[in-house]
Amino acid sequence: MGMTMTQKILAAHAGLERVVAGQLIEADLDLVLGNDITSPVAIREMEKMKVDGVFHKDKIALVPDHFVPNKDIKSAEHCKCVREFALRNEITNYFEVGEMGIEHALLPEKGLTVAGDVIIGADSHTCTYGALGAFSTGVGSTDMAAGMATGKAWFKVPAAIKFNLVGKPSSWVSGKDVILHIIGMIGVDGALYRSMEFVGEGIKHLTMDDRFTIANMAIEAGGKNGIFPVDDLAIAYMKEHSKRNFTVYEADEDAEYEEEYTIDLSTLRPTIAFPHLPENTKTIDEVTEDIKVDQVVIGSCTNGRLDDLRCAAKVLKGRHVKKGLRCIIIPATQAIYLQAMEEGLIKIFIEAGAVVSTPTCGPCLGGYMGILAEKERCVSTTNRNFVGRMGHITSEIYLASPAVAAASAVAGVISWPERL
Amino acid sequence: MKKANGYVFKYGDNVDTDVIIPARYLNSSDPAELATHCMEDIDKEFINKVKKGDIMVANKNFGCGSSREHAPIAIKAAGIDCVIAETFARIFYRNAINIGLPIIECPEAAKEIEAGDQVEVDFDNGTIKNITQGKEYKGQAFPPFMQKIIACEGLVNYINQKKEG
Repeated sequence: MGMTMTQKILAAHAGLERVVAGQLIEADLDLVLGNDITSPVAIREMEKMKVDGVFHKDKIALVPDHFVPNKDIKSAEHCKCVREFALRNEITNYFEVGEMGIEHALLPEKGLTVAGDVIIGADSHTCTYGALGAFSTGVGSTDMAAGMATGKAWFKVPAAIKFNLVGKPSSWVSGKDVILHIIGMIGVDGALYRSMEFVGEGIKHLTMDDRFTIANMAIEAGGKNGIFPVDDLAIAYMKEHSKRNFTVYEADEDAEYEEEYTIDLSTLRPTIAFPHLPENTKTIDEVTEDIKVDQVVIGSCTNGRLDDLRCAAKVLKGRHVKKGLRCIIIPATQAIYLQAMEEGLIKIFIEAGAVVSTPTCGPCLGGYMGILAEKERCVSTTNRNFVGRMGHITSEIYLASPAVAAASAVAGVISWPERL
Repeated sequence: MKKANGYVFKYGDNVDTDVIIPARYLNSSDPAELATHCMEDIDKEFINKVKKGDIMVANKNFGCGSSREHAPIAIKAAGIDCVIAETFARIFYRNAINIGLPIIECPEAAKEIEAGDQVEVDFDNGTIKNITQGKEYKGQAFPPFMQKIIACEGLVNYINQKKEG
């Protein structure tokens, strides 16, 4: 029996010729990542370990992005702890405010994640880098500490689910709609402990930003990782952004998949996840009543990239945000922000009555920069709509694409561009 | 490993880490402080009622969502000695093992145990005894490698012991 793409990468990093699902292995790490919430706990744990320092100063990335620029004194102390640790250990890839961005948009842009890597990050959306053909997965702070100290992590080799993507998505259907459709189909634990392997000719119609969005939300189906084959588009992206060598792994023809799904992208419609789980999906056609919206957020590690901002600008150009509604737009990195400025997108947003923020995860996890009051509703391009995630426990989050979010900001109710 | 024996707090499916410990409190990483807000968005009374040695029982996909280790840290610091669930989300599963919070998967027990029941868990053989209802279940015992980490009370001690060994 052959191996999946994920299994091949893990085998190579464990120094084994082959691995099978369920096997416990210890793998070498190419990158260990942490942010301002998870790193302080990891640093505390690492200091209890009998080690002199980090395993490799170039293979650790520390990105304060959740509560920065510091939202309060306690957050400032956490950031200070991370900053001082980075300085003490001469961490090459520490990104201060001014050069930081939302970690999962920043690291591929900086060329730190490439095909064939094994990456762990103390952030659940670390699975994003599967878009480039890497094995990457979220872990907690203690795993991060052990990874920083030893350069290794233990894994249970995952079984796999194959998603065969065919056809071409219609306009206003993006990567977000693809992954929300999948989560709606298999549920928030549909891929529990398993890898989500995306294959098929439909992938060629998905931009890199679409693929980052899809891989990013593998965790929302319970997946250990999401992974795409490495095609010309992915190679061009890596050559543009990275100086590192990359390795392309391909699944064996006789690789074993516990489940297989075929998804015709041409049949997908703009999809929205209703409160309070990402699996509560409806297509825009099923939204027949007016659902009044108080706030719209366009940003996050899921949908704060250039494609997303361009799409939002296309909808908002020459239009205005509904009176009484707040529309918050957050470019995910400084480079994306700058490019959006050069393309005139920021001007469009501000003229439309939206507010544009420095990169931060802030509102997505109810940190700051857009907290919801009692019973308020938000259409958000973020990734989770759990109870209380963005504010008051009675507030409601509707997860959607940038196109649906921007159109809803204009309409004041859940909408999409063709309904404006 | 020492058995757990306590009274049960019962929850449903997909208890996510945002309700276990809301992000608005993540500007702290102090276990005792985190514990004071544990579960408050779905069960305001939990932290007032929980006693050292109690047990948490839930249905499927417990601990889904964020990778925040603050979630198992808060549960452990609140006094919970063991979490039993039908299934656990994978990052929570790893985190619980890594910080030395014993967890055990057992669909039948998760379904039948009720809030307030007295339950005993023997981690060495995976036996779950519901003393109140007089029923016994066999949970999924940990592989030896993970048992060693839990016996060391977490990954840090395990790695330190391995280095000394």
